[in-house]
Amino acid sequence: MSILDKHKIIEKNVSLLLVGSLVVVSIGGLVEIAPLFYFQNTIEKVEGMRPYTPLELAGRNIYIREGCYACHSQMIRPFRDEVERYGQYSLAAESMYDHPFQWGSKRTGPDIARVGGRYSNEWQVKHLTDPRSLVPESIMPKYGFLSKTKLDFENFGAHLRANQLVGVPYSAQQVENAIADVVAQATTDADISGLEERYTYDERFSVPLGDFDGNPEEITEMDAMVAYLQMLGTLVDFSTYVPEESR
Amino acid sequence: MRHLSGTIILGIGTLLAVLGAAFSADPLFRAHALILALTLGIATIVMARLVQVNGNKEIDKSGYMDEPIRIGVILTVFWGVIGFLGGVVIATQLAWPDFNWGPYLNFGRVRPVHTSAVVFAFGGTALLTTSFYVVQRTCRARLWGGDGLAWFVFWGYQLFIVMAATGYLLGITQGREYAEPEWYVDIWLTIVWVAYLVVFLGTLVKRKEKHIYVANWFYLAFIVTIAMLHVVNNLAVPVSFLGIKSYSLFSGVQDAMVQWWYGHNAVGFFLTAGFLGMMYYFLPKQAQRPVYSYRLSIIHFWSLIFLYIWAGPHHLHYTALPDWTQTLGMAFSIMLWMPSWGGMINGLMTLSGAWDKIRTDPIIRMMVMSLAFYGMSTFEGPVMAIKAVNSLSHYTDWTIGHVHSGALGWVGMITFGSLYFLVPRLWGRKQLYSLRLVNWHFWLATLGIVIYVSALWVAGITQGLMWKEYDSQGFLVYSFAESVAALYPYYVLRMIAGLLYLTGGLIMAWNIYKTIRGDVRNEKPMASPAAQPAE
Repeated sequence: MSILDKHKIIEKNVSLLLVGSLVVVSIGGLVEIAPLFYFQNTIEKVEGMRPYTPLELAGRNIYIREGCYACHSQMIRPFRDEVERYGQYSLAAESMYDHPFQWGSKRTGPDIARVGGRYSNEWQVKHLTDPRSLVPESIMPKYGFLSKTKLDFENFGAHLRANQLVGVPYSAQQVENAIADVVAQATTDADISGLEERYTYDERFSVPLGDFDGNPEEITEMDAMVAYLQMLGTLVDFSTYVPEESR
Repeated sequence: MRHLSGTIILGIGTLLAVLGAAFSADPLFRAHALILALTLGIATIVMARLVQVNGNKEIDKSGYMDEPIRIGVILTVFWGVIGFLGGVVIATQLAWPDFNWGPYLNFGRVRPVHTSAVVFAFGGTALLTTSFYVVQRTCRARLWGGDGLAWFVFWGYQLFIVMAATGYLLGITQGREYAEPEWYVDIWLTIVWVAYLVVFLGTLVKRKEKHIYVANWFYLAFIVTIAMLHVVNNLAVPVSFLGIKSYSLFSGVQDAMVQWWYGHNAVGFFLTAGFLGMMYYFLPKQAQRPVYSYRLSIIHFWSLIFLYIWAGPHHLHYTALPDWTQTLGMAFSIMLWMPSWGGMINGLMTLSGAWDKIRTDPIIRMMVMSLAFYGMSTFEGPVMAIKAVNSLSHYTDWTIGHVHSGALGWVGMITFGSLYFLVPRLWGRKQLYSLRLVNWHFWLATLGIVIYVSALWVAGITQGLMWKEYDSQGFLVYSFAESVAALYPYYVLRMIAGLLYLTGGLIMAWNIYKTIRGDVRNEKPMASPAAQPAE
């Protein structure tokens, strides 16, 4: 076989070997990744989708910090059993503001893509604090320390700005009022007119409100975490959603 | 004045870390900067003690540079034991959740410590160490770039490991599997990795052999591809230059695709191509046979590195990723079976005419077992990449079992074999302390893997079937919690399997320690007919 004999040339030339390998390993990624930035069904916008409020974003950051994605997926596949167990299968658009995505790869615990609104705030707090008090079979660690940790949100404007830089359409007002919006969302009977004005999308205001952790004295990490969990999967109104025919 | 510039650089690094802590934007960054300052401070003191003010003892720079390789062997063993121990800890937590001690030792934070410790600390140090050894021998050239650069690569990589692992426990993570370190640790790794590439390439360029040996193709492809994957997957915008948090450049579907393009090829290039490089040098050496087929190695090299890159989407079957991408990923995953087995066959057939060594040489036995597990897991992988199979296996423990048959079987065993080959040669000992202990290690590890993999097969399939079970009325039969409860016995078995594997690792550590000391165990030789009755 003469072609294989020509391999000598590459074997004797470091540059050829280097460039050859680099070219060969680049092709697959280019073909699979580049089109995803242009194809309609991966960049479409679905009605109701909005960026996270600062409190929800803080909760999401805690979710990431604690490594929750190691055991919980946020991606419902289009199977009968999954749709019955967890709800409508997940759309690409639903994670369009997720930097990074948190689809997960393992279900040691259940999928939580649509856990928002399924349980009360009290249930969520109790479950996070002592999972086995509510679900005896659970093997989840305890996260009671979240209730005891004050939420650090003084520089949340900077977090929203960083999100702007990677393409999340936060407005200047949303960035400016990040701290005020955290307080408004996590306080019972707060004046939410500003928050409502800033986070109403497609005529829907889908922000969970109130004192989430049952402790009105201060805003804790538990408030942020529960606020995040309570909004998961609730943004798109599937009673009016019509999938595009092109799929 | 050797070590003086190094001491000064480390001192400046310590100072910068202290400044970073002082002006940090958040408490976690302060804690992490203090850990960095402490690490660098200790390194500065150690380095300062090595400074020789007037003793201009010239070191011999004509031979191979083996000092970092010796330290690398010891650290590979050390990280191996730490990584296996981490695995046993999280396996225990899954069986008995009361072993979670939050917040720092909760499963979610310890799990990346385990994965990074085995993949990047144990595997990465093994790759660095063996690639430095192999490239020098097969090029008949000392490492390029002077001793300083090689040491920088070596210790720079260890610093990356320390910063990554301490970060996870503190809660500093990007939330990307197998790419958890935050932006500043990623930048550091990029610098170290480019230096690694430069040392490796430089050594290849100044080689005294005409041909570049096949092991080096694999090592080179591994270094180059990991550089590409690491940089693209970790593109992010930090919130503050003195804070821990960053937001990834990509989001949603695109982010998922990039992450699994990275994730799968961390397996393909870090845990496969790199270790194939190891196999192509150490197996023929230990067997004292030439590589079976030169042509097969050419075909298998190029097709392996071409096909692997495409396989990422099989981690995203039936998700919101477009169908065509999933199907491409599936098709290429199945094709990947061929070059994978090409590599396995090339390795196994290298033993032609030396098969008797399996009976007499436990190191060969380990290498053969590693190729056997390589073959099994690279067959299982394509099967699981088929969408219909994946609909059952995805999200379950089957995947975890599959990864461990590759990681414990292939990566672990080939590394152990290579370490046992290296230690007597690097320390100038005639033989290992004990071949019988190698044999013990072999059997403990093999038994551990078999128990681990079969327990998680059963666990994964149980899980997958319970989730999908309908009764005659058309209702789901099991709640999720019931499927969790059903896995308890398998989780216990998995923990025991991990203990066996860890015990094997400890025996290796003892054996290598005694070999370095120059001791030889008084034992019956392995080959004696009395110990091994004929069949």
